[in-house]
Amino acid sequence: MLILECPYCGVKAEETELSPGYEAHLKRFGPGSSDDEFNDYMFARKNPKGVHFERWRHAYGCGKWFLAARCTATLEVFGTYPAQSSEPPADLVAKIKAKRPDWSGYK
Amino acid sequence: MSTRLAKGGRLIDRTKTQGFSFNGKRMTGFAGDTLAAALLANDQMLVGRSFKYHRPRGIVASGAEEPNALVNLGSGSRLEPNQRTTTTELFAGLEAASQNHWPSLEFDVGVANNYVARFLPAGFYYKTFIHPRAAWKHVFEPIIRQSAGLGKAPKDRDADRYEQAYAFCDLLVVGGGIAGLQAALVAGRSGARVILLEQTAHWGGRAPVDGDVIDGKPAEAWVKDALQALGEMQNVTIRNRCKAAGVYDHGYVLADEKVADHTPGDGRPKHRLWRIRTGRIIAATGALERPLSFAGNDLPGVMLAGAVRDYTVNFAVSPGDRTVVVTNNDDAYRTAIALKEAGLEVPAIIDARASVTGALPAKARAMGIRVEAGRAVVKVKGGKRVTGVAIGLQAGEGAVLDEIGCDAVAMSGGWSPVVHLWSHCGGKLIWDEAQAHFRPDPKRPPTNHDGSAMVTVVGAANGALTAAAALADVAAQMGGEAKAEAVEEAAMEPVWIMPQGAGPALKMKMWLDYQNDVKVSDVQLAAREGYTSVEHTKRYTTLGMATDQGKLSNINGLAVLAQSLNEGIPQVGTTTFRPPYTPVTLGALAGEARDEIFQPLRRSPIHAWHEAQGAYMEPVGLWRRPYCYPKAGESHEQAVHREILNTRKAVGMLDASTLGKIIVKGPDAGRFLDMLYTNVMSTLPVGKCRYGLMCNEQGFLSDDGVVVRLTEDSWLCHTTSGGADRIHGWMEDWLQCEWWDWQVYTANVTEQYAQIAVAGPNARKVLEKLGGMDVSKEALPFMAFVEGHLGGLPARVHRISFSGELSYEIAVPASHGLALWQALIAAGAEFGVQPYGTEAMHVMRAEKGFIMIGDETDGTVIPQDLNLGWAISKKKADYLGKRGQERVYLARADRWKLAGFETLDGSVIPDGAYIPAAGHNPNGQRNTQGRVTSTYHSPTLGKGIAMGLIRGGLDRIGEVVEFTKMGGGTVQARVCDPVFYDKEGEKGNG
Ligand SMILES: [Zn+2]
Repeated sequence: MLILECPYCGVKAEETELSPGYEAHLKRFGPGSSDDEFNDYMFARKNPKGVHFERWRHAYGCGKWFLAARCTATLEVFGTYPAQSSEPPADLVAKIKAKRPDWSGYK
Repeated sequence: MSTRLAKGGRLIDRTKTQGFSFNGKRMTGFAGDTLAAALLANDQMLVGRSFKYHRPRGIVASGAEEPNALVNLGSGSRLEPNQRTTTTELFAGLEAASQNHWPSLEFDVGVANNYVARFLPAGFYYKTFIHPRAAWKHVFEPIIRQSAGLGKAPKDRDADRYEQAYAFCDLLVVGGGIAGLQAALVAGRSGARVILLEQTAHWGGRAPVDGDVIDGKPAEAWVKDALQALGEMQNVTIRNRCKAAGVYDHGYVLADEKVADHTPGDGRPKHRLWRIRTGRIIAATGALERPLSFAGNDLPGVMLAGAVRDYTVNFAVSPGDRTVVVTNNDDAYRTAIALKEAGLEVPAIIDARASVTGALPAKARAMGIRVEAGRAVVKVKGGKRVTGVAIGLQAGEGAVLDEIGCDAVAMSGGWSPVVHLWSHCGGKLIWDEAQAHFRPDPKRPPTNHDGSAMVTVVGAANGALTAAAALADVAAQMGGEAKAEAVEEAAMEPVWIMPQGAGPALKMKMWLDYQNDVKVSDVQLAAREGYTSVEHTKRYTTLGMATDQGKLSNINGLAVLAQSLNEGIPQVGTTTFRPPYTPVTLGALAGEARDEIFQPLRRSPIHAWHEAQGAYMEPVGLWRRPYCYPKAGESHEQAVHREILNTRKAVGMLDASTLGKIIVKGPDAGRFLDMLYTNVMSTLPVGKCRYGLMCNEQGFLSDDGVVVRLTEDSWLCHTTSGGADRIHGWMEDWLQCEWWDWQVYTANVTEQYAQIAVAGPNARKVLEKLGGMDVSKEALPFMAFVEGHLGGLPARVHRISFSGELSYEIAVPASHGLALWQALIAAGAEFGVQPYGTEAMHVMRAEKGFIMIGDETDGTVIPQDLNLGWAISKKKADYLGKRGQERVYLARADRWKLAGFETLDGSVIPDGAYIPAAGHNPNGQRNTQGRVTSTYHSPTLGKGIAMGLIRGGLDRIGEVVEFTKMGGGTVQARVCDPVFYDKEGEKGNG
């Protein structure tokens, strides 16, 4: 059971307090998008063995959504940050790069 | 025979005799015995039958690894199957019965399987599943069913209670042997919060049995001092009878404490499941001894050497008068020496190693024990009990050089570290060539949230098998000073098959997995048949798949597989170690979550009234809602029909409080709702209501309900009863993660309001009787609402209708809910008011052709499929689901669409019935062209009515189709308009 720190209320929340929201930083494709764009937005999810960005909601706490960067293989958590972020914070990216030199980036 | 020795036994109290029974036979033991020790003391070596061949089986081990000695423990409401006698503490009155035999343990018919063993090789099940099919059905399955199954499932309710508790610490030390005790001492002195767990009732592990000397003291005294020192540390908690069952993410550990297994019925919980969150785990879980693979190694009387020593030293029980020791290492000599010191005979030590030189062999020789180097047990003689061994050269093929009479065999194939807790979260292992075992690879630990090692393994679990090595390992990894006196041991030599050149006849009698009856020949067969992966071989042969999870058999099995494949053991690798270490009873996992507190219940403010009226309640999510209100002598069906007819003719009342209610407010609330719903909500005038649909991004219907414009900047969204939390979460998801610059607040106020539907031709009269508000058609038309006071209570009254009747839905603060309900019942008496339940509500909405989320929808249905195109805005550039609905295949003409169905004979179409179509699909199943989604007897119309999805939908009105019936046959129905009642909607509008 993971522990993720909610960046809003500061609680180190246990997985039972959280609901998962799957991959983070997806771009929404609505009317006017091509079939491929919409298909990728709907279904083409990353499934990396390694660094991954996810959405989590502090469902049984403050109710806020936040984003987390963690390693799917070792379960190391690199950091959490507010959902109102278009991309991962620079210091978090730097931290991950230092720990995982082979990491190809979040996109 | 096995018997109790006249003196000795460090764990038993000879002043306290305890009577117990085995298969109904009265026996006695002493306080401190395990059930296994007490059985052996009563010469009960035969304790069970094996799973497949029903071979007689005796006690092999002395701890959690025991594969054979499983019993049904207790009876009635305290019956537990598959309890290991080796970890069951004896108590007065204990009842045990052996398993997997018929008709009796001594005489078992299934043993015939033993004689047809060559027809039941590895993979037998897979092969016969395939062909011949008839043989499977008529021959194999009945036999297997008759003979399968360990233990009996309890039939009565569990009389015991179980509890769960949380604990937090910096360091969790698992294992109360000397390594664990010393690790806890070192950690405790550092000031860290420490929890130390030991799965048995006793501390010290093997060291006191082996007579080790630590810091100049006998191990027993050192352990006593260590416990005292730990007890004095405020920051250290110690807990015995508590097994760490599994290690999970980020330092989460489940531990099962056997609180009252040994004192049943004393009022304490039977088990306590600890949910521990720890910074780091120190696994001091010891090692398990491996059997040797020689023919007949499963006969009762063949035991692990360490176990023989345990029974002798701890319980003063001798498994036999004459015990032959067979080994590939020095440690087993301790058993020979212990037996000799207890006054028992050791006719010979059969040592597979060509050269035997260590200090322990020297001591054994000095005691006059015959040591046979380079020798093997060719086979064990005996039937239900060992009578002797035939010995030959380990390097040979099984030629017998000598026979030795004995009634017990103590075997040791070396020791395997207990690496489970290291491995549960991904810690990797390395092969230790010198000790022929896998041990933790310190370079590849399981990791914590910060990437640090989550588990540290010390002592025998880390491959430091002797007391001196174990304490040195603790000192090296954690600090501290404790030292044990070193006893020099010569190198062990791996022996996977004994003798190494044994032929097929012998290998068919060499057991790897005792519980699942897997032999050396089975693993070799699997390798020959192409099973090269250890995971596949495991499943094909069932090696390691029994309740003991291969604690004894895994390494031996994969070594045999590696040999058969001509590969190295590390290349073949191990199977995955998964929690729990040993089975955890379901009661402990459920804890206190049973009966009323199985799950949280949601009750409407009117719940108590419903119960007092004898309402039949049904679960709706976590809510309990009245299904119907049967009167004396009425069936549920009769009650539902009465409630419907009364509502249609007079007036009915429904507790609709469970309906989801979410307030959406703010400058951008209208814009937001236009994105959320398929139709336009921003233009809804204040004071009006509008039915709306919500879809997911794929365009599929997800929820529906009436939206109310409360004020200029606030809306109230009604959701389905089960959907409120989900939809509120959905709203927050979009507001927080996508449109975070929009100014919108949401609040789920579902439980803040009670809501009551008053429906029927007399509804208005009931409200007028209560008074305080103009509820006339002019003041409060259909799809409008007013706020004010009704019968003196602050209320919001909506003119909305799910029944099709003239209907008011009245919302009041939850605290007034019961008062309003009672006032309505009183006011409505003269107008014939009766409450109605959810089933009447469902039937009435079906009569009106209203869809129900979850009935007409299943996550693959778009609103257009349900003829709800009118509720989809064509003008809006975007809403959630719009792009999804534009996918070409969703516009296909042959999609299944909603229609009504009326049976020709008036009967009710069965739930879930399909409409078959001509031909078959590629799987040979009948093609289908539709299915029923809601089907009821309509008391209003006096016949069966239904809604369903059918290819072509309303285009097929008038056509007669056939629905399948359970158990064969069909029912004919005519496709029709799904609105069966009041098609013009005059009643609801009235
Ligand atoms: Zn929070």
